[in-house]
Amino acid sequence: MLSEPIHLDTDVLVVGAGAAGMYAAIAAARNGADVILVDKNLVGRGGATIMAQMTVAAAVGEQSPDTWEDHYADTLTAGRGLCNEQLAAILCEEAVERIWEMDGWKVGWAREDGHMKQVTAPGHSVPRCVYVDFLNTGPAVARCLRGEVAQGDKIARISGVGIIDLVVQDGAVTGAVGYNQEDGAPVTIAANAVILAGGGLTGIYRRNSASANMGGDSYALALRAGAELVDMEFVQFFPIGHLAPRLVGMDPIMWDPFRYKLGGRLLNGQMEEFIHNYGAEDSGKYTAPRDITSFAIVQEAAAGRGTPHGGAWLSFEHVPENDLRDAFGPVIDKLLNNGIDLTKQAIEVSPIAHYHMGGIRVDGAMATGVPGLYAAGEAVGGANGANRLSGNALPEAFVFGERAGRFAAKAVAGKTRAWDGAAANDALDQLAARGGNGGDVEPGPEFHGMAKELRELMWDQVGLIRTTESLETALARIQSMRSELEALPAGAAAGFDMSLRGWYDLRSSLLTAEAVTVAALNRTESRGAHWREDYQQTDPALEQTQVVGLSGDKVEAAYAPLERR
Amino acid sequence: MSGIEKQIMTLRVQRGGPDDTPRFDEFQVPYEPGASVLDALVWIRQDVDPTLAIRYACVNANACKECMVRVNDKVDYACTARLTSEPMTVEPLSNKRLIRDLVTDIVPPKEQLSAVVETRKK
Repeated sequence: MLSEPIHLDTDVLVVGAGAAGMYAAIAAARNGADVILVDKNLVGRGGATIMAQMTVAAAVGEQSPDTWEDHYADTLTAGRGLCNEQLAAILCEEAVERIWEMDGWKVGWAREDGHMKQVTAPGHSVPRCVYVDFLNTGPAVARCLRGEVAQGDKIARISGVGIIDLVVQDGAVTGAVGYNQEDGAPVTIAANAVILAGGGLTGIYRRNSASANMGGDSYALALRAGAELVDMEFVQFFPIGHLAPRLVGMDPIMWDPFRYKLGGRLLNGQMEEFIHNYGAEDSGKYTAPRDITSFAIVQEAAAGRGTPHGGAWLSFEHVPENDLRDAFGPVIDKLLNNGIDLTKQAIEVSPIAHYHMGGIRVDGAMATGVPGLYAAGEAVGGANGANRLSGNALPEAFVFGERAGRFAAKAVAGKTRAWDGAAANDALDQLAARGGNGGDVEPGPEFHGMAKELRELMWDQVGLIRTTESLETALARIQSMRSELEALPAGAAAGFDMSLRGWYDLRSSLLTAEAVTVAALNRTESRGAHWREDYQQTDPALEQTQVVGLSGDKVEAAYAPLERR
Repeated sequence: MSGIEKQIMTLRVQRGGPDDTPRFDEFQVPYEPGASVLDALVWIRQDVDPTLAIRYACVNANACKECMVRVNDKVDYACTARLTSEPMTVEPLSNKRLIRDLVTDIVPPKEQLSAVVETRKK
C-alpha cells in the first residue's frame, strides 16, 4: 500500500443512492442508526430512479376501490408462477403506506377532484398506478427523497465514492473498501450492516434504458461476499423502447406513459397490427404483457416485417393534437424540438433491456444469508418472478428500502464495531497495485473495448432469444474475459480518470453476466422473460427458483423450492 | 444497423487539470443527424482516448444533470446540445473548480468525502 486509506465509521452503510438506497438511509436513521450513504455518481441523481417517468403501483384505492391482495394477485399472474410469494406480498401490502408517507413528504402525486389520479398499466386489474406529471415521477421521487435524507445529522451523504469490495470477517460483513473518484484515494468504511442498493444490471446489454452506473455492481459485491442470488436468467426487455428517429433529452422508455393515457397503435413494417398473432391482444389498448410484446416485435423483424431500423411502428397519428397536449403538455414541445410531430408520423420502437427480476436472495427483513449484509430495491431478486408487472419497480425500491434500513438498524443497535482493518488489506493492496491511490500505473485502455464487447455479446447471445449454443458461446467468452481482465492494469483514478472505475465496473459486469448466462443455460424451458428457442414450452417441473452462488471462482446454479406464503 | 450515412464533424475539447495551461484537442467525430455532444464525448472515450475526463450518469435523458459544460461558450447540457456540421468547442464550467478536462466540482459541499471525514471525526 502506498498510503493509509481514508477511514470512516458508521452503524449502517448504504451503497447506492437511488430511491431504494435513500429510503433505506431514512429508515435506518429514524430507527436510531448512524448512516453513511454513498454513490459513485451524485447522491439521488443516478441509477434507475431518476429515469423513471411513470408509474408507481400501489393499492391506495383512490381512483377506484382496490385492495393490496388484488395487487398481489396481479403480481403473481405477471410473474408466471415464479414469484417469491413472501416478498411479493410485502411489496404489495406496504406499497400503500409508502405512497402515503411520500405524499406527506410532498412528492406531488398527480391529483384530480381531491384524490390521487391512478391509471391502469398493462397487467393490472384496476387503475392502480400513481404518478407525477408530466413524465416526472422519477425526478420528483428523487428530489423528495433527497430532501428527506438531508434532514437531521444522522445521515452522511458521500457523492463520488465507488465501493469495490465488501470486508468479511468470520463470515460476517463488517464494512467496505472503495476509492474516491476525484483523486483516487482509497477509502475504508467500517459498518456493522451494509445495505446493497446499487440497482440492476441492464447496463451490460447493448440497448438499455439504464444510467451508466447500472452494470451489476450489487450482484457482484454480494456474490463475492458469499451471498446468493436468485432468478438471474430473468432480464426484462421493455418492448417499446425508443428506436428512431434520434431522440435526446428524454428517457427511451417514455412511450409507456403515452400508451397508458392515449392508447396508440403498434404496427409492423407493413403497417399491420400483429400482437394478436402471438397470443395477446393489443389493438390500441396497450394491455399485452411486456414479455409477449417484446418477443412479438423481435419475431416480426426477424421475419422481415420490421421497420427500417428493425423494430415496430408506434403510431398516435389518429389522436387529436388537443388530446396529446392535454395528456403531455410541454413534452409535446420537447418532441417537436427533436423533430417528432406525433400527429404526422409514427415513431420506431423496439425492445430495450430495462429491469432485472433476479437479484440478491433475501428474507423478509431484506437480510442475505451473510450476517450484516442486506439488499434493497432492484438489487433484490424474487418478488417479481419471471416477469415484472408494470409499476412494481418504484414501490419495490420504497418498500424494500424502508425494510432494509429498519431491520439493519435494529440488528446493529447497541453493537460494538467488529471492524478489523487487517481484513481490508487484500482489497487495498489490489487497489493500489491496479493503479488506485495515485500509483504510477499507466491507464490501460485495453479493457475499454471489452466493456463494449460484453454489451454486444449479452445482447446477441443472452438477450431475448436464447439457445444452448448461444449461451455456451457467451459463457466461454465471459469466462475468458474474466481472466483476461485480471491480467490488465486498471489505470489511475486521479483527476477523475475513469479508468480505475471502468476496470472495477467491468469486473462486476463480467461476474454478473456469468451469473445470468449460467442460470439461463440451466433453465431448460421458456417462461416469462426467458425464451429458449430450443425449449419453447413451459415445464411445470421447473416452477422453482434458481439459486446462484460462487464456489471459488466458479458461478454455480441449482434449483430450490419457491418461497410460498 | 441504421442505414443512415454518418457525417464527420470537428469537436474541440479543452484538456488538462487546474495547474495546466488549458490546451484543446481536436477530434474528427462521425455522427448521425440528431446526435448529442455527449454522444461524441462518449465515443471519444470509447474509441479514441479513454483518459478524457467527463461526467455523466443518465445517458442522454437529461435527468441526472451531471453533464453540464460550456458548448461554444454557452452553458448547456452535453446530452441535449446537438452536434452540428460546423466545428464546435466544449469547455468545462468556468464558475466551478476545475478537476480535469471537462470535469468540474459540482458535488454539493456536504456530500464531499472530505466534508464527511470532518463531520464524522469523533
